[in-house]
Amino acid sequence: MEFIRIEDLWFRYDESEEAPAKDERYVLENLSMTIGKGEFIAVVGHNGSGKSTVAKHLNAMLIPSMGKVYIDGMDTADESLTFDIRRRVGLVLQNPDNQLVAGIVEEDVAFGPENLGIEPAEIRERVDFALKAVDMYDYRLKAPHKLSGGQKQRVAIAGIIAMKPDCIVLDEPTAMLDPKGRAEVLDTIRKLNRENGITVVMITHYMEEAVMADRVFVIDDGKLLTSGTPDEVFSQVELLKRHRLDVPQATELCYKLRACGVNIDRLPLTEDECCALLKEVLA
Amino acid sequence: MSLLSARDLVYTYSQGSPLEHIAVNKVDFDIEQGEFIGVIGHTGSGKSTLVQMLNGLLKPTAGTITLDGVNIWAKPKEIRKIRFRVGLVFQYPEYQLFEETVAKDIAYGPTNMGLDQEEIEDRVVNAAKFVGLKSELLSKSPFDLSGGEKRRAAIAGVIAMDPDILILDEPCAGLDPVGRDILLAQIYNYHKERGNTVILVSHSMEDVATVCDRVMVMNHARLEMFDTAQSVFSRGEELSGMGLRVPQITSIIDSLIEAGIPLEKGVLTVDKAVLGITEYLKKEGRL
Repeated sequence: MEFIRIEDLWFRYDESEEAPAKDERYVLENLSMTIGKGEFIAVVGHNGSGKSTVAKHLNAMLIPSMGKVYIDGMDTADESLTFDIRRRVGLVLQNPDNQLVAGIVEEDVAFGPENLGIEPAEIRERVDFALKAVDMYDYRLKAPHKLSGGQKQRVAIAGIIAMKPDCIVLDEPTAMLDPKGRAEVLDTIRKLNRENGITVVMITHYMEEAVMADRVFVIDDGKLLTSGTPDEVFSQVELLKRHRLDVPQATELCYKLRACGVNIDRLPLTEDECCALLKEVLA
Repeated sequence: MSLLSARDLVYTYSQGSPLEHIAVNKVDFDIEQGEFIGVIGHTGSGKSTLVQMLNGLLKPTAGTITLDGVNIWAKPKEIRKIRFRVGLVFQYPEYQLFEETVAKDIAYGPTNMGLDQEEIEDRVVNAAKFVGLKSELLSKSPFDLSGGEKRRAAIAGVIAMDPDILILDEPCAGLDPVGRDILLAQIYNYHKERGNTVILVSHSMEDVATVCDRVMVMNHARLEMFDTAQSVFSRGEELSGMGLRVPQITSIIDSLIEAGIPLEKGVLTVDKAVLGITEYLKKEGRL
């Protein structure tokens, strides 16, 4: 079932009164995509490609200059629906330090539901559920600033979960974390998608993260460059490189070996696939 | 004599209080002139505390740091001179830009060193060139630059002091793959051309593996390893026990070796791996 529908989306930040000059630059141009309920989507692109701008359209933080964005059938341009849309789609940002507001972890997680006017008993329930979902329940009485980066980011995610959204949009959630923190956050996201059926849209420029998704959208210069399953997208090594994007080292290795004449028919995406394939080829 | 040495270096936050916390514990090392050193370690392992001691921003609780054989705290009043010789670029340095123009911002360090105007202007132009900042940007307000340009301007401000040792704390955080590769290449070229010592703190094992001669591994306040990049990254299991990992390419080659394919251990880049595998196939007469 369709959950997010983006139709011919055009966007520019400077919406001045006068008619725009012809060469006025749009950050997003003619972008269309649909995302189904329960899907795990990765949106990749280099800095300035417009991928964060896409994220902000998904919970009505930005409204299209032209075109439409629908969340479960609700038009984001309709202000009477904004509150409802934001309750359904939660946004997690890059820097966990900018997202935590309270002095104690569980109070921080309760901040969202409190603002929704939910009964205290239910808030308690939701906070406990959310902290368990991100595996931070044992830390509920700690001060957020004493946590590691990965732990902070998981608390920020719990704060969104406690609002019971249908969809979480994460804008480079692991960019500031060390390898262990990254792995913790990614495991959490994957689990929320698989076990709780939450639709996930993850903006990232780490290709190793994008391969976890069901589908990948590649944004370049405000336009949709290509999309498809990770297999379909990452087999286009040359296209991605030409547009300043990386492919996973596992994929690049096999791509280059094939260029040297080694007999490889299918490009692997993950380390495990790559090892299995090369063991066969080299044995 | 080494350029920079640490002996029994300790740093304790809030010493004597219930919040006492040892961030760096009995660390010893020697760094030679002209080396490119990587520093890796999980969040909270003590990397940032360590580098802040190296340029005298933090005073060690115990132990000594010597620069050219002289204890940097021998004359506490002259610690400012040490900061000119050991330049530190913080994480997200773009938040520290404050002047009216980019040129003035880059000139801030050299001006404080008391250099004459002509020399300062020279240094500003050269530093901007090293980090790939176009000269027309120099007269702009730093706040009109893009994120990547701001980052470069901030790094240029430290390079302009021409430090003997340049320390960068996560200079590539938040940049996309190509932006990262370009900045890393610029830092590397700066190092090659000037022959200065560079210390790079990074969460990216791939970056460290690509540019560094030797790598320090911090773990729970201790300096756990300090060896060539190749040796450090051939100890994958120990690293993952510390919340770190080896570059994906290293780990792929390692598991091929484990499966009995005779390749060389400690491969750090994709190109080296391609070379190793094709050479093996040629030797076997299969390519």
